[in-house]
Amino acid sequence: MSFDRISEKLSILADAAKYDVSCSSSGGKRANSQKGLGNNTGMGICHSYTEDGRCVSLLKILLTNHCIFDCAYCVTRKSNDIKRAAFKIQEVVDLTINFYRRNYIEGLFLSSGIFKNSDYTMERLIAVAKKLRLEENFNGYIHLKSIPGTSDELMREAGLYADRLSVNIEIPTVSGLKLLAPDKKHEDFIKPMKKVKNEIIQYRSEHKIIKNTPRYAPAGQSTQMIIGATGESDRDIMYSATYYYKKFNMRRVYYSGYIPITTDDRLPSIKTEVPILRENRLYQTDWLLRFYGFSVNELLNDQHKNLELDIDPKLSWALRNLEMFPIDINKADKSMLARIPGIGMQSVSKILQARRFRKLDWTHLKAIGIALNRAQYFITCNSNNFFHQDRTPLKLKNLIMKNSKSKSAKYFSNQLSLFS
Amino acid sequence: MFIISETIYTDKVKAERVWNGIKSKISLSQQKNLFKAFLSEIKGVENTLFTYIKNIFKKPNATNIDYSNKDILKISQVAKMVGREKHRIEAFVRFKQTKDDIFIATIEPDFNVLPLLTHHFKDRYADQKWLIYDMKRAYGIYYNLYKTDIVTLDFFSKSNTGINQDDYANNELDFQNLWCTYFNSVNIKSRKNTKLHVQHIPKRYWKYLIEKNDI
Repeated sequence: MSFDRISEKLSILADAAKYDVSCSSSGGKRANSQKGLGNNTGMGICHSYTEDGRCVSLLKILLTNHCIFDCAYCVTRKSNDIKRAAFKIQEVVDLTINFYRRNYIEGLFLSSGIFKNSDYTMERLIAVAKKLRLEENFNGYIHLKSIPGTSDELMREAGLYADRLSVNIEIPTVSGLKLLAPDKKHEDFIKPMKKVKNEIIQYRSEHKIIKNTPRYAPAGQSTQMIIGATGESDRDIMYSATYYYKKFNMRRVYYSGYIPITTDDRLPSIKTEVPILRENRLYQTDWLLRFYGFSVNELLNDQHKNLELDIDPKLSWALRNLEMFPIDINKADKSMLARIPGIGMQSVSKILQARRFRKLDWTHLKAIGIALNRAQYFITCNSNNFFHQDRTPLKLKNLIMKNSKSKSAKYFSNQLSLFS
Repeated sequence: MFIISETIYTDKVKAERVWNGIKSKISLSQQKNLFKAFLSEIKGVENTLFTYIKNIFKKPNATNIDYSNKDILKISQVAKMVGREKHRIEAFVRFKQTKDDIFIATIEPDFNVLPLLTHHFKDRYADQKWLIYDMKRAYGIYYNLYKTDIVTLDFFSKSNTGINQDDYANNELDFQNLWCTYFNSVNIKSRKNTKLHVQHIPKRYWKYLIEKNDI
């Protein structure tokens, strides 16, 4: 193969794929059989990190950036005047295998622009995965993008070779989708998701009876939304994320701050900054929903349509519900401990374990590693010295912000900038 | 006055007896932590291990999860550090294919983690010959498609910490270039965050990372 040409294609098609945030390589357990290549223990490895601090775990590329669609938010839309390229199936296989052998990557993340039609594109993606699994005896991680509108038969085949399948919903609201991606229909996204969900359930139940049933997409499915492209509220985003978690058993929903790539009246101007902090707050909310036992309407509802940017969502919730505090660290149950600002799930389990031996006081809590600068106002422990609650939420918030150094403080300087 | 040194020779029979004794007294994960703490080579860790082991034999029924005991705490902390280093090396090893079809990587880990890595790489690269060489401790692990062996080579030295380009297999340099191309293309410039980048890949590892040393 000609390496110069491959290199050119790689730079075009990796550049076009980089806006997909998902890079996890965990969850796809696949043991090396018959002295093949690769062994996936189910634990992901980040082999490198880009200069923007994101993990590089997979070879993340498009098969081609030719596309028949014209979605405003996408770099590869057909009306965009950019260099186009396409990989041959064998070229992707060779790249994956050779990168994997050198321990550069955990596997392949293959997506594609849509050429001809959905099924034709999906067939090519599946062909790559199939070749890797069957001809190269490759047991590394494979993440395939499901092309919206793909037929059920192809989705079934895809899951037999891939560890994870994903369709990016991109725009959280149906109206936003109509505005920015007039060619795409909401149902086209839903269809492959539904199929994957049902297949996973079916294969799991068959596996219980017949142990050598092949596994279907062991790392499940995920999706991604662009944040800040259509003026949707945080409530819209999180309600729709919750819908996908519940309805399609998503492993992950990713939130990607909109990066201005084009001038289009329907989109924020090209000088808009990437909403990195908002993205961070959304991920925090996502974690609260999945691991901390919060339900979405506690955090976001008609009164609170957007998350506060200057404090984290759990603290924000606590300030709105001060009557539930203070909580006694030595008596409260697990679900209440998890709701205290400044205490994460690791600290919760440490507290539960430690309080079996002795009653905990402030020094114990500090040693466990909880963020006392926030937590101290919401708890009591084995000490007479605790915060007596006689402040309003606003005063408490100011007190906490004054006494803590947030890494996002730079966004909230009270001093107005002279040149902005 | 204080520099009288005493040489102690390893007595394999006795060592095995002690290790068997330990095995019958503590759980598997605690045995692993003990081994990891030993591999850390941190100054003074031997004394901690010694008092810890003495305690195991003295109080065989203790649960050993009381972290207010300073030896238990220390060992679990050190084991965690070694575990992290192991995981980083699993990520940062970069193999280079040589003319005689062996994939070779050189590393300089903070702790002596090679013994912990064998399993991972043997399972993963079962169909290729590979060698991982620890430059700091001057030994390596070689896999010959059937089993792994501990090897020491004169080939590597302080002035020669890697494989020369003349010894590369045919397409080795091309794939290294492709990897650099890929690494540079996935970066999103408008989200640059150097602090986070260096936090994830501390500078001491850069020497052996292809993508951080443009060819």
